[in-house]
Amino acid sequence: MTHHTTRRLAGALAILAASTTLAGTALADAHGGFTLEGKTVEFVIPFSESGGSARWANFFAPLLSEHLPGNPTVVVRYRPGAGSTSGANWFQEQTTDDGTLIFGSSGSTQFPYLLGDPRVRYEYNDWQVVLVSGTGGVAYLPPDMAELMNGLDATGLAGSELIWGAQSATGLDLVPNLAWEMLGMDVQPVFGIEGRGDGRLMFERGEANIDYQTSSAYIRSVQPMVDSGLAVPMMSWGALDNDGNIVRDPTFPDMPSFYEVCQATPACETEGPAWDAWMTFFTAGFPAQKMVFLPGTASQDVVDAYTNAINEIVARPDFREMAAAELGVYPQMTGTAAQAAFRLGTRAEAESRDFVINWLQDSYGVSLN
Amino acid sequence: MELLATAGPALIDALALITQPQQLAFLVLGVLLGLSVGIFPGLGGIAGLSLVLPFIFGMEPISGLALMVGLIAVVPTSDTFSSVLLGIPGSTASQATVLDGFPLAKKGEAARALSAAFISSLFGGLLGALVLTAFILIARPLILAFNIPAMLALTLLGLSMVAILAGRIPLKGVVAAGLGLMLGTVGEGGAGGSLRMASYEIPYLLDGFSLVIVGLGIFAIPEIVSLLRQDRAISKDGGLGKGWFDGIRDWWRNIWLSIKCSAIGVMVGVIPGLGGSVVDWIAYGYTVQSSKDKSRFGKGDIRGVIGPESSNNAKEGGGLVPTLIFGIPGSGSMAVFLGGIALLGFDPGPHMVRNNLDITYTIVWSLALANVVGAGLCILLATPIAKLTTIRFTLVAPFLFMIIAFAAFQSRQSLGDLAALMGIGVIGILLRRFEFSRPAFLIGFVLSHQAEAFANQVYQIAGSRLRRGGLDGMLDYVASPLVLCILALTVVSIWVGIKQGKQVLGNDNPPTGRKRAPVLFLMALTAYVMAALWNAALIGYTGDKVFPLTVGTATLIGCVFLLMRMRTATETDAIFADNEQGGEDAEAPHKLWPTLGWFAFLLGLSALLGFILALGIFLVAFFRMRAGLTWGKTLLLSASGIALICTLGGVLGRDFPAGLLQEFLVLPWPFT
Repeated sequence: MTHHTTRRLAGALAILAASTTLAGTALADAHGGFTLEGKTVEFVIPFSESGGSARWANFFAPLLSEHLPGNPTVVVRYRPGAGSTSGANWFQEQTTDDGTLIFGSSGSTQFPYLLGDPRVRYEYNDWQVVLVSGTGGVAYLPPDMAELMNGLDATGLAGSELIWGAQSATGLDLVPNLAWEMLGMDVQPVFGIEGRGDGRLMFERGEANIDYQTSSAYIRSVQPMVDSGLAVPMMSWGALDNDGNIVRDPTFPDMPSFYEVCQATPACETEGPAWDAWMTFFTAGFPAQKMVFLPGTASQDVVDAYTNAINEIVARPDFREMAAAELGVYPQMTGTAAQAAFRLGTRAEAESRDFVINWLQDSYGVSLN
Repeated sequence: MELLATAGPALIDALALITQPQQLAFLVLGVLLGLSVGIFPGLGGIAGLSLVLPFIFGMEPISGLALMVGLIAVVPTSDTFSSVLLGIPGSTASQATVLDGFPLAKKGEAARALSAAFISSLFGGLLGALVLTAFILIARPLILAFNIPAMLALTLLGLSMVAILAGRIPLKGVVAAGLGLMLGTVGEGGAGGSLRMASYEIPYLLDGFSLVIVGLGIFAIPEIVSLLRQDRAISKDGGLGKGWFDGIRDWWRNIWLSIKCSAIGVMVGVIPGLGGSVVDWIAYGYTVQSSKDKSRFGKGDIRGVIGPESSNNAKEGGGLVPTLIFGIPGSGSMAVFLGGIALLGFDPGPHMVRNNLDITYTIVWSLALANVVGAGLCILLATPIAKLTTIRFTLVAPFLFMIIAFAAFQSRQSLGDLAALMGIGVIGILLRRFEFSRPAFLIGFVLSHQAEAFANQVYQIAGSRLRRGGLDGMLDYVASPLVLCILALTVVSIWVGIKQGKQVLGNDNPPTGRKRAPVLFLMALTAYVMAALWNAALIGYTGDKVFPLTVGTATLIGCVFLLMRMRTATETDAIFADNEQGGEDAEAPHKLWPTLGWFAFLLGLSALLGFILALGIFLVAFFRMRAGLTWGKTLLLSASGIALICTLGGVLGRDFPAGLLQEFLVLPWPFT
């Protein structure tokens, strides 16, 4: 369904990156004299100061200030509440059209939207996307459990009771929960932990015997455990290629993706309602996890100015190094690439949504109202 | 032990790094910023850090670290000002300091209490850094020993402090703690997201109440209102009495207490997931339990200041350990700090201690140095700032209303924050009036969330162990020696508390009046508990249901027992304590509700006109009508109040509450 839109992803990214590097300083004229000189841009995120989104926003804020026309002051504002839905509801009502307000949403904002959560009063399609930042994730096991895998076939794990620390049934952790269940595994989530770091600690203390971490946390904190023989990677969730297919995560080229493990495991099917549902929520939660929006009222000039500024940022020779620790080596998408990723990450077929809602109810007794 | 061989050189490198003039300058800058933010009640490390975060990116790494560490280090020191002088917990770290610090200020010994607090903070901070220098090398396995059952046991140990703080009638303390626990469950359940005493129609309630608002409502509002009714200075004789040097002598006399409480601070701070918000309570409880003469606690015992203040700075040092070696923040401000370190290009995690030991030590010892600078500055400032207690309180109160309303608004940036502050303030006033232990209430609230989360998690993991490893497997998990040790401590703490708690807090002969008011209040509490129980019973998801059901049932039983005792007791029994019937409150020239009405007026007007316009009207009206000032003074004070709050909002980059007016009119900042 999404082959054509995602094909443009990398292509557009390459073209845009090339064009901005060529354009160089001539850009000031290219955005029709639009300038934010002397103004303050508010970069609002619907989370508190202490989360991953805050780190992501604070990473981009000074760079935006440097590259937006007129070098405005860019400040990050926090509007936490109701799992990020109250901040998004607030943004829905904003009409600031002069480029002084941008909003940073995350997978935690997309999931309730996709699931039809009663708290959601925002509509992604009313907003204009200017940046999509992706990430990936890796599932890992203790060595004794990893031995039960037969190559890529996870059937051997089916007989063991596994346990892991999860945040909530309806948040990002539903992606691993669904993946493991599709593989026929018996994984009990212990809900209510504060962050993925706490889940990793449970694994280190031996209270959990399966876990997953996002890419940067995996490299930082799990890789040392793997090196000392305390953990074994099971699979990455994968990444999307130009055709919208799931492929190996470029950050972990030696690790099988969930797609490969699923194919090798008889209980798991790489098509059908479960797979489609998983793909939908995986895309919203990982490759299209964090996005920057302008209000729908902002003019094309404003959108272009932001797109150009972000392209300049991504094209900086030192960007890769700076971003490695904070964002991992994933594409930072703008323009048509961002549009494509945005569409993939904010749309769920009715069947996928119903599948997940029923599965949440059946497996965990969690309902959305 | 190759680590030890690298530790020495790393330590020397770190000291060389910190003592560069440029780093020192940034450290002092951080301390000054932290001091200016921390001195305002309700604003703490998170507000201060988000102030400097935009500048961190691109800074020279060591300078950036010095700036942030200086800021973090001084907050638990400077927030003592409002705890001692005004009875307002400056931040979660200084809640217990209020209990004895504020009575000391009322006695005119504010300078003594402050300097004792600061020297204790300084000592705690230094001891914390010293312990950390060695501990950080071996901390990992020790920290990993604290599994979830151990953390649940520690949470119970924290809750056991209720016993010693329960006041004259222990059952009332239990009910107060139960209510705190119940208030903590309001909103979406942590595990399944079920709604508890909340509705999607009122989005504000979904996240529950924030600790800042509950702390301010339970402690600050009742104290401000009570003082305002007296229309005099906080210090009863209007003087400052003993000076700052007495405080330092007091600390020296209690040096062992200070050492022990610092140790408590480091240990509790080190454990990730527990949060530092109970450290000061545990230290306070320990201080009381270990003292021979308990009769003066809660009425102005200097040891009640030294204990918690020694622990809260040591805790910041302890909190660095999980932050640095696991990359897991021990508190909200540590989480922001972690983000800041990442912006500087460091990567906290297991390898930070191994590969960047010099940087790690730089952080630890910057913290110690910042403690020295911060506490030194605070001691210098103690006497001049303590003069605040000699000013007629009616001139101070409107500014306090302004600041706490602003601080409360930072939690969710919605008018709901102000309504919640007002509502919880009324509960605080009534708890104070009828002598239900407010510390017990607050401890219950603080620990509610983690008590529920840990209990649920232990239950699930233990169940899995039982299925896989049988009864032995489960017992190895839930009844490890560490857990049993902490539980034994908890039992001792409760026993000591019940035996001796009557001497602490609460009047010996509280004023009593007719039965009606205390009985009505208790019946209202009972009705709430029953409603919350009924609400919990209807929840479908078990994980979100068990905790409020259990706690609610226990609280309800407490309420019923109290009501039964009330039936048989005579009117003069202490169970009918009512501070409106005698003592300070009854003799106050102003009535309770009209005084509170002024605050309600500010909040109500804010809902109509937005905060700044409402504040202007409120200040002018208050100074003119309530304080009876001349027009000249009224306008001068009102203008300086507005200027202060606008500066604060401007510098911190915060908006002010908007009202109905702003729905129709687009106004420029600060009126938006």
